[in-house]
Amino acid sequence: MPVNYYIFLALALFCIGVVGVLTRRNAIIIFMCIELMLNAANLLLVAFSKLQTQTPNLATAGSDAQIFVFFIMVVAAAEVTVGLAIIVMMYRNTHSVDVNFLNRLKN
Amino acid sequence: MSVTEILFWFLSLLALGSAIMVVASKSPVHSILFLIITFFAISGHYILLNAQFLAIVNIIVYAGAIMVLFLFVVMLMNLNAESEPLQKNKYLLYGGTIAGASLLLVLVAALKQSSVTGQMVETNSGSVGLIENLGKLLFTDYVFPFEISSVLFLSAMIGAVVISKKEA
Repeated sequence: MPVNYYIFLALALFCIGVVGVLTRRNAIIIFMCIELMLNAANLLLVAFSKLQTQTPNLATAGSDAQIFVFFIMVVAAAEVTVGLAIIVMMYRNTHSVDVNFLNRLKN
Repeated sequence: MSVTEILFWFLSLLALGSAIMVVASKSPVHSILFLIITFFAISGHYILLNAQFLAIVNIIVYAGAIMVLFLFVVMLMNLNAESEPLQKNKYLLYGGTIAGASLLLVLVAALKQSSVTGQMVETNSGSVGLIENLGKLLFTDYVFPFEISSVLFLSAMIGAVVISKKEA
């Protein structure tokens, strides 16, 4: 497959995530849209790691990108635990997951 | 049209359609289930690209652990379509959608003429993504970041406990 298709697919997924973050008010859905954007970046990294190389004898060309994707998944898992703990704390205090309740720092 | 191309288009349409449904559906539980479908489609793309290790890790970590955690929290808070905070401000709704679509338009227009255009991606071949190569690399060149990530997990665990403790 041409690499353009993967670029455009990852861009479309990323932009759907952006639209979700901008339009939704549920904190959990906003968080899920961030995960979607992370996965779009991962897909693009994997696609670039499989570009047909000019030096085909190099067997491990592109494995750095896949290690990076692995570490992005690790960081995402750690991020989700802390983020969901914060959302649970927010729900306990306001009895809602609406992000518009959290504008108290404004003034 | 070869089998690989048919699978590519099928998985792409599945990923995009369920990603749109994540944003569009009213009930948070439905959003989570559609996001799981999206992750499975992305894992299918990884398998097409012969990155089996990442495909399995994506299913185990994302669809298996992270989304179950999301589902658990949503069930715990008893969120459903009735209690969903809807976007009252219509201008914000349309503005966000138009902003995202414009971002997509600008990025596609900018990358259409990029230098990688026309290069092919290897599908169904290559041994880069096999667990043998990645495991060797992970425990030789990348062993320090690997150990650091265990410290990151420990601190995330302690942080989650401290944040969600009552009367912290």
